Amino acid sequence: MIEDVNLAKTIIARRIAREFKDNQLVNLGIGLPTLVANHIPDGINVIFQSENGIIGMGPAPQPGQENPDITNAGGALVTVLPYGCYFDTAMSFALIRGKHVEYTVLGALEVDQEGSLASWIIPGKKVPGMGGAMDLVVGAKNVIVSTLHTERGKPKILKKCSLPLTAKHVVNMIVTELAVFRVTPGGLALIEINKDSSVDEIRANTAADFIVADNLKTMEV
Amino acid sequence: MFHKIISRKDFADLLKDDMTIMIGGFLACGTPETLVDIILEKGVKNLTIICNDTSFADKGLGRLIAARQVAHVITSHIGTNTESGKQMVEGTLKVDLVPQGTLIERIRCGGAGLGGVLTPTGVGTIVEEGKQKLTVDGIDYLLELPLRAELALIGGSVVDKAGNVVYNATTRNFNPIMAMAADTVVVEAQKLVEIGELQPELVMTPSPLVTHIFVSEKR
Repeated sequence: MIEDVNLAKTIIARRIAREFKDNQLVNLGIGLPTLVANHIPDGINVIFQSENGIIGMGPAPQPGQENPDITNAGGALVTVLPYGCYFDTAMSFALIRGKHVEYTVLGALEVDQEGSLASWIIPGKKVPGMGGAMDLVVGAKNVIVSTLHTERGKPKILKKCSLPLTAKHVVNMIVTELAVFRVTPGGLALIEINKDSSVDEIRANTAADFIVADNLKTMEV
Repeated sequence: MFHKIISRKDFADLLKDDMTIMIGGFLACGTPETLVDIILEKGVKNLTIICNDTSFADKGLGRLIAARQVAHVITSHIGTNTESGKQMVEGTLKVDLVPQGTLIERIRCGGAGLGGVLTPTGVGTIVEEGKQKLTVDGIDYLLELPLRAELALIGGSVVDKAGNVVYNATTRNFNPIMAMAADTVVVEAQKLVEIGELQPELVMTPSPLVTHIFVSEKR
């Protein structure tokens, strides 16, 4: 296992950042997924959408350049690149549900081998609301879940989610600091593994059933 | 020709207990803050608020929740306002959580004369409880019903005296959609300009939708 949480998150972000092709439209969730933007490989231009109404979102503003009218979906001040544009929420979610967004990357409380995701509510404990997450996972062409492999030693990848779902059967790929899984019609497939981990370690820390792909690769990060 | 500009008192006179009010903004970006101030001052109670999120206890429309003026909120997210969750658990605030893309479409339906919208969002989750499910071309959808309000409060960046509105950057969010879905629409203008100063192609909310203009006291 990788004990350093920051290192683990960097590994996840770097791996996901390698997934995109030039000029694809991508929506990153709040928290760990946001880190992905810092690791896009040179030569690849990814177009970021923010569901509060931006295409072409840029980095945080330089000191003195902040504009309170330009925020991202987490409420943070951001910038917009010269090719960017703004729109209202109806347009934003038409883009999302209408399959115009290539990838959505989001975190998980639980994710399961059927590609179902729980990310928005722990009944009786934490009820923040779903925000745009339900629309994003139903609408984006590809859904990537970014998550630490375990939380307090407990697996996050399960046979079946126990918490209320964000959506059923929508996840395409799960990236942790140890492994990359693809959700296939036949179930979960382990397709890549961290060079410092092993299939045994992944089995011991994953509560889901999975097959090991014939051409299992080392995670490139 | 147009007499839409109103005072603090005029706006306060529109407010009543038990009202349903839509308020624009996304985590307080684009929220008409002076109008929220006036609701706080008037102290009307038992409000139903329709909004993207309940912002913060000390910023945006979330201040109305902190002041316990809200009985019911229809929203996509309450996690940034500590008071919302607290009052929900106490049972003093009814919270209807709606997926953001569904919420905006319900408001759009309310303003666009539509009887509802079919969305795949929420199928197979607790969001589908109590809703009619329809299958079209083999895909399951939820029938989501329109939302309207007595009053919509809109944050406009540049407004002309006729009531045409332009929204800067990400202040647009729910504002132009809510401006279509209420009986009375009040825009808080960050900047008021003369008729003719806005380029017609760039107007985002056409003037007949705006009932009243209030000139912002912020900024």
